[in-house]
Amino acid sequence: MFDDFFSRALIGGFGVAVVAGPLGCFIIWRRLAYFGDTLSHSALLGVAIALLLELNITLSVFIVSVLVALMLLLLQKRASLSSDALLGLLAHSVLAIGLVALAFMTWVRVDLMGFLFGDILAITTVDLALIWGGGAVVLAFLAKIWRALFAATVSYDLALAEGNKPDQVNLLFMVLMAAVIAVSMKIVGVLLITALLIIPAAAARRFATSPEQMAVIAIILGIVSVYIGLNGSLEFDTPAGPSIVVAALACFVLSVLPVNILRKRTGRSQKNLKDPDVGVS
Amino acid sequence: MLVSLENAGICRSEKWLVRGVSMTVDRGEIVTLIGPNGSGKSTTAKMALGVVAADEGVTKRKDKLHAKYVPQKLRLNSNLPLSVTRFLRLTDSADKVQIHSALRATETEHLAAVQMSNLSGGEFQRVMLARAILNSPEFLVLDEPVQGVDYNGEIMLYKLIEDIRDSLNCGILLISHDLHIVMSKTDRVICLNGHVCCSGTPAKVASSQEFKSLFGDRAASGLALYEHHHDHEHLPDGSIRTDKRTKTQNNVSSKNLVSNDVDEANENV
Ligand SMILES: Nc1ncnc2c1ncn2[C@@H]1O[C@H](COP(=O)(O)OP(=O)(O)O)[C@@H](O)[C@H]1O
Ligand SMILES: [Mg+2]
Repeated sequence: MFDDFFSRALIGGFGVAVVAGPLGCFIIWRRLAYFGDTLSHSALLGVAIALLLELNITLSVFIVSVLVALMLLLLQKRASLSSDALLGLLAHSVLAIGLVALAFMTWVRVDLMGFLFGDILAITTVDLALIWGGGAVVLAFLAKIWRALFAATVSYDLALAEGNKPDQVNLLFMVLMAAVIAVSMKIVGVLLITALLIIPAAAARRFATSPEQMAVIAIILGIVSVYIGLNGSLEFDTPAGPSIVVAALACFVLSVLPVNILRKRTGRSQKNLKDPDVGVS
Repeated sequence: MLVSLENAGICRSEKWLVRGVSMTVDRGEIVTLIGPNGSGKSTTAKMALGVVAADEGVTKRKDKLHAKYVPQKLRLNSNLPLSVTRFLRLTDSADKVQIHSALRATETEHLAAVQMSNLSGGEFQRVMLARAILNSPEFLVLDEPVQGVDYNGEIMLYKLIEDIRDSLNCGILLISHDLHIVMSKTDRVICLNGHVCCSGTPAKVASSQEFKSLFGDRAASGLALYEHHHDHEHLPDGSIRTDKRTKTQNNVSSKNLVSNDVDEANENV
């Protein structure tokens, strides 16, 4: 069944949704949406470097994302520098540098749209192996650091005081994010990776009463979005990434809509999503 | 020894937040930090926990110290789906029985399934304390743990803190503005104002000139009741040492105050 491109796209997309769900939750809990953007936009630079040095694109994107993540972590440690403006500046400059670098390489023919918005036709069996293999490794690490990462998310000071190692898990989290960006680039494209990470998680928030539950619901909503989005993409000949994101957005809107019915059911234990940074990417 | 600071200080942007702090916390002892706002109490607590590294001096902690921390402020992101029970298991695993008994100790069993974001200020503090006492920690740092807790709750929680010290034999570093509580339940007091103004037993601190100039005569005269109480107990020949300032008060109410409890003491503030 891996023969036809559409099955490959679906299976790849599901793999991405499975890792994007839990990581997306952490992006929302830690208010890292802009951070994620900066990271994913740097992926294009990874593509340019891969083409220039004839490296594997996924590997190159992963390495560049890790380096950018480390740089961001360092900047964040020097608290005064980690402003919104700085992240915004970085996010779009790395994207621009990537685009310029690609334009310079006149000798390679690049499907720029494919990198920016995802290209379901281009997914190979090797990509599938990368997505599922890489995804499994990411999930294994995430499971291992889950409690410590969550504690560090709730309070860095508390986690540090009580014997966790928040710096270590934060670093590992950044590496995992870089890995997810590298493997999901082909499916959704660099411009919309953050959206795929955060929108299913944001939609899950409303139904969840525990962090673990929210991660699982985000995975399910991500899979649904990929399924609907890719079918839509095939049907209407629209780019894969935006179609998936539109489907995810539809899930989110549905999750917010029936306010009264849901409120009655979940009673005291729910509070609405009200952070401006969540839906934005 | 659980934790010790020796001449420790923290410097930020070329300004010393606190400096020259020396103290130790041992098992079974409550050490209290008092001082005005901004005097460096929270900073000192973080230094003791190793959350911030001292820029000067030496800090030591017992190897693999099992510490629990109730910070002064904990702002939870409203996007966190986090029930009280899950919050209690934040850094430690615990079974249902342990969680139940920690919640019962702080009178919050009925909140077990409630989301943290829906707790009132006082309920939140009680749950913070429940989390801190879970799984018998060796070292507890409580930074203004009863802020926003109702009157009876406050007395109950301070009693609980004392009980924990006794039953778990753990060391407690407490930051509190309730001077009466501090003086009656604490083994040692450290009075901060950017540096250590004075330290020692509650009686010694309450009678010191530095304490009086920092907290004013009113606080000092209220607390002198305890000073008398302590002096009385500590003199070997049983005689009562009365200095001029506290004499009148002693005459009026020393009988009551020897068997003082918290509520009465608070009314004297
Ligand atoms: N990271 C920091 N950078 C600069 N100043 C700080 C920092 N943290 C605390 N301060 C300052 O240090 C002083 C002591 O703070 P703190 O220990 O919280 O006081 P307290 O708990 O006694 O009220 C305050 O004046 C505060 O503004
Ligand atoms: Mg403080």
